[in-house]
Amino acid sequence: MHQVNGMDEVLREFLIESWEGLTELDASVVALEERGADPNLLASIFRIIHTIKGTCGFIGLSNLGKVAHSAENVLGLMREGKLEASTQTISLTLRAVDEIKRMLRHIEETGHEPEVASQEVLHTLMLLANIPVEFDRAILIGQESTEDSVKQLTPLQPSTETVSAIAESGPVSEQPLVSPTLEPELAPTVVANMQEASTVTPSSDAEDSNKRSKVVDLTIRVHVNVLDSLMNLVGELVLTRNQLLQLSRGDEESKYSAPITLLNRVTTDLQEGVMKTRMQPIGSVWSSLPRIIRDLRQVTGKQIELDMRGNETELDRTLLEAIRDPLTHMIRNSADHGLEVPEVRRQKGKPETGTIKLDAYHEGGHVIISIEDDGAGINVKRVREKAISQGLLSENDASRMPEHELIQYVFRPGFSTAQQVTSLSGRGVGMDVVKTQIEKIGGTVDLSSVADKGTTVHIKIPLTLAIISALIVESGGESFAIPQLGVVELVRLAAEEKHRIERIHNNEVFRLRHRLLPLIRLDGVVQLPTNDCADADINIVVVQVGDQQFGLIVDRVFDTEEIVVKPVGSLLKDIAIYQGTTILGDGRVIMILDVAGIASEIGLSSMTSDITDANDRNQDGDTTNLLCFNAGDGRAMSVPLSLVSRLEEVPQDRIETTGDREVVQYRGDLLPLVPVQGYSRHAANKPIQPVIVFQENGRAMGLMVSEIEDIVEDRLVIRMASQNPGVVGTAIVNNRATEIVDAHHYVIQANPEWFHHNHWRPNWKILLVEDSVFFRQLLTTNLESEGYAVTAVVDGKQAIELLERSQQFDLIVSDIEMPEVDGLSFARWVRSKPQFKDVPMIAMSGNTRPSMDSEATKAGFTKFMRKFDPAELKAVLFEMCSARSRKGVSA
Amino acid sequence: MSNLNSELSPTEGHRKDAASDSQYVSFWIGGQLLGVPVSIVQEVLNPQYIARTPRARREIAGLLNLRGQIVTAVSLRRRLQLPDLDSERGPMNVVVRFAGESFSLLVDEVGDVINVSNQTMDPVPATLESTWRGVTNGVYRLEGRLFVVVNVGAILNLAS
Repeated sequence: MHQVNGMDEVLREFLIESWEGLTELDASVVALEERGADPNLLASIFRIIHTIKGTCGFIGLSNLGKVAHSAENVLGLMREGKLEASTQTISLTLRAVDEIKRMLRHIEETGHEPEVASQEVLHTLMLLANIPVEFDRAILIGQESTEDSVKQLTPLQPSTETVSAIAESGPVSEQPLVSPTLEPELAPTVVANMQEASTVTPSSDAEDSNKRSKVVDLTIRVHVNVLDSLMNLVGELVLTRNQLLQLSRGDEESKYSAPITLLNRVTTDLQEGVMKTRMQPIGSVWSSLPRIIRDLRQVTGKQIELDMRGNETELDRTLLEAIRDPLTHMIRNSADHGLEVPEVRRQKGKPETGTIKLDAYHEGGHVIISIEDDGAGINVKRVREKAISQGLLSENDASRMPEHELIQYVFRPGFSTAQQVTSLSGRGVGMDVVKTQIEKIGGTVDLSSVADKGTTVHIKIPLTLAIISALIVESGGESFAIPQLGVVELVRLAAEEKHRIERIHNNEVFRLRHRLLPLIRLDGVVQLPTNDCADADINIVVVQVGDQQFGLIVDRVFDTEEIVVKPVGSLLKDIAIYQGTTILGDGRVIMILDVAGIASEIGLSSMTSDITDANDRNQDGDTTNLLCFNAGDGRAMSVPLSLVSRLEEVPQDRIETTGDREVVQYRGDLLPLVPVQGYSRHAANKPIQPVIVFQENGRAMGLMVSEIEDIVEDRLVIRMASQNPGVVGTAIVNNRATEIVDAHHYVIQANPEWFHHNHWRPNWKILLVEDSVFFRQLLTTNLESEGYAVTAVVDGKQAIELLERSQQFDLIVSDIEMPEVDGLSFARWVRSKPQFKDVPMIAMSGNTRPSMDSEATKAGFTKFMRKFDPAELKAVLFEMCSARSRKGVSA
Repeated sequence: MSNLNSELSPTEGHRKDAASDSQYVSFWIGGQLLGVPVSIVQEVLNPQYIARTPRARREIAGLLNLRGQIVTAVSLRRRLQLPDLDSERGPMNVVVRFAGESFSLLVDEVGDVINVSNQTMDPVPATLESTWRGVTNGVYRLEGRLFVVVNVGAILNLAS
């Protein structure tokens, strides 16, 4: 028994998984013989063997790995059509399977791995596969890890000491047999059993086999369908309960009222209970990953660090099970193919230790899991070649296809760009399986990769199999459900307040507490006829996607209802605006809207945190929302929407002149107005003057323009820098050459006493840490136009994350007052790291307290300066960069 | 040889696997007799309330609630590029099970179960429009009429 008890969790899982796979395998291999080389069948057999082989590599079962690997080689050839699936080859495969089974049984009984019994099967397989070199390499790799890991897995010499040691510590420290699927009440019994079991000295065969059976028997695997139907039944019960409650409402005297109340309570408890049994923190799946990484480190000789966040994110049990394998696959992929060996990393100027970052969080009714490595990225060139050589793409198409689309080809079965097949991964199993499995649970996988920067996989899993609270709305005569999770608030406008919905070009916006809320009409989104009732109230459902909010205009808003989310049928799943379907209490089927899907459809850039925004923008230009306008002289102009505080229309006669400045009275204050270059309000003589308001810290200014045209989402890439003050440069927006207006220039012009300005240009990598959106964007734009590469983050915490991920910077500019980690703590952190101790750091603060200067210097800042002086900042930056380049230091 | 055989109701269709290969649930679309194998038919329903699914392809009529199970309804008329049925009663539902999911094929009328054992299926004529040819498996020459076997996989593959 001690072997079993001492058996590593990984080994136990491996046994259970392998037996499950092998049960399928027998039938599949026989079917293969009957049906010939059916690609699907071959792929499924191949995957089972591949999984066994892969796991063997990790847990150091080199002999078993040998057999599995050689069988896999042969199967791989069959799959590629290079070897015929004849009776001989298939019976050879079957014999390999038998040998695998025998070895598994031996491991289960004794806890250690036997020698390969039928060497001749092995040799024949090797001969068939005809790739001895590769094979030998794999064995070597396997053996490297064998030595210590096997010893660790299995106490080879059963002695009384070890047995009693296990008896003492076993149930507490080992805990593997208490499966999360067990009822809590059962757990003590199991622990007691284990205690009892582990005190027994293993002697007789009968006892051994008795104990052995427990490895498999203690975990009960319930088919997903059983859980599904249980969940569905609870869902139906909830709906029926809702109907009953509705019927009995207002009739307290009824004899049914008491039992209905009881039913209500029991149903609620039952629903919570069923939900709870199915929820588990994602950490329970991740817990096996550090071990896998540890082993990978040894096998690959790479230095790998695993950074896991969001462990506590809870997920439905079924979903957890479903993502377990894909996650493991992807981690292996990242470590094996993504990250480079230390020498290569050093040559590329990256830290020798590669990082794999795992993150999980809830967003808008979905669970997002991201796996990010800072490795070599996907070799786009090789993907292209492979796609062409496999006949998936014509050369012409391949050369025209954008990289992002091209790399999605790695999800095709049999598609691998790995040059070397190792015992860990490769051969193109993996990504296709990952995609299939995630899609099976209604999720999506998105892959992005930047050469030499790394690869990021985003998995988005919808809330299937769950009961959620949703707002029921009506638009175009149809009802829809909006998950309550994404709903921020409801705004109702009486018909006579309709004018409060304003327009910018064709886009409707609404001023919601000093913010401009973009509006979308749901009937437009779902392409249903618009309800043109003039005297109807307007309902705005304010929804949140990532850090963006927008308003959905709907015809009617009903109650919030508990709904059972059912997956969207296969024929409808391509419609991005739906995340599921449900049946309402009255039996009607309605669609559940996916607000994130709607947002991305209408072009709101969505669901990236600020840190990735900043990165993407600098790397290859993520899209930015731009407000387009003109000065009436034919030039197209635009400014990032995020810099815009609000839009105003000022009646011409309300604009007053004080001295040489124009102002308008606004909310008891004066708003200075400045015309955009090339615009004259007198020449234009418009009765209503459109004004773009920029604001920071209560100081605002209005930019007068001829006409506000549109809000477009486009990549903001300055193609031509400008010598013209007031213009950052020229970019292509909406296929038009457009001047990007330097908002800051006008802010200075309107408030000359606060700012002054001058010009110069260098070329360095700057990390900007600033929590104010306005200044972050302003400085980024300004500094980028000066030739700096700026990476902007919102606080010290993100900055530290970035630096820990081994990003390199020549200079750091940081605010002092920030949430989470402030500038002073951030500076202290930076200075505590030897690799950053020489990086110049500039502190910026609106805080003019005299002691601030010395506090900043003490914390490690090179220079302290007042926040609102970008010209001085530029001068200081320039000076520091020049000094640094003279010294030839680089961070 | 009598070809029409009404002894078996569609819902009992999967009684015998061996027999079901040669048995079809037949239905009418615009005066044409079509059919799908009994083995994949889950049930046949009278006209149902079908919830619309905005933004879906034309061929998808909507969703129906089949005792708590949500089933996607596909209009065979639209799939075969025929005008919608102009009747008060609405279409009948032939609910089929395909690739682990249930679909309702909306048809004009449901006919008998047709037994075609002892017969060979002819290929559909090459002159048939491609919209029909792509979604049919073949044709049986029954006494007095032709019976076209529908390829459910192709019907439900709306991408093509």
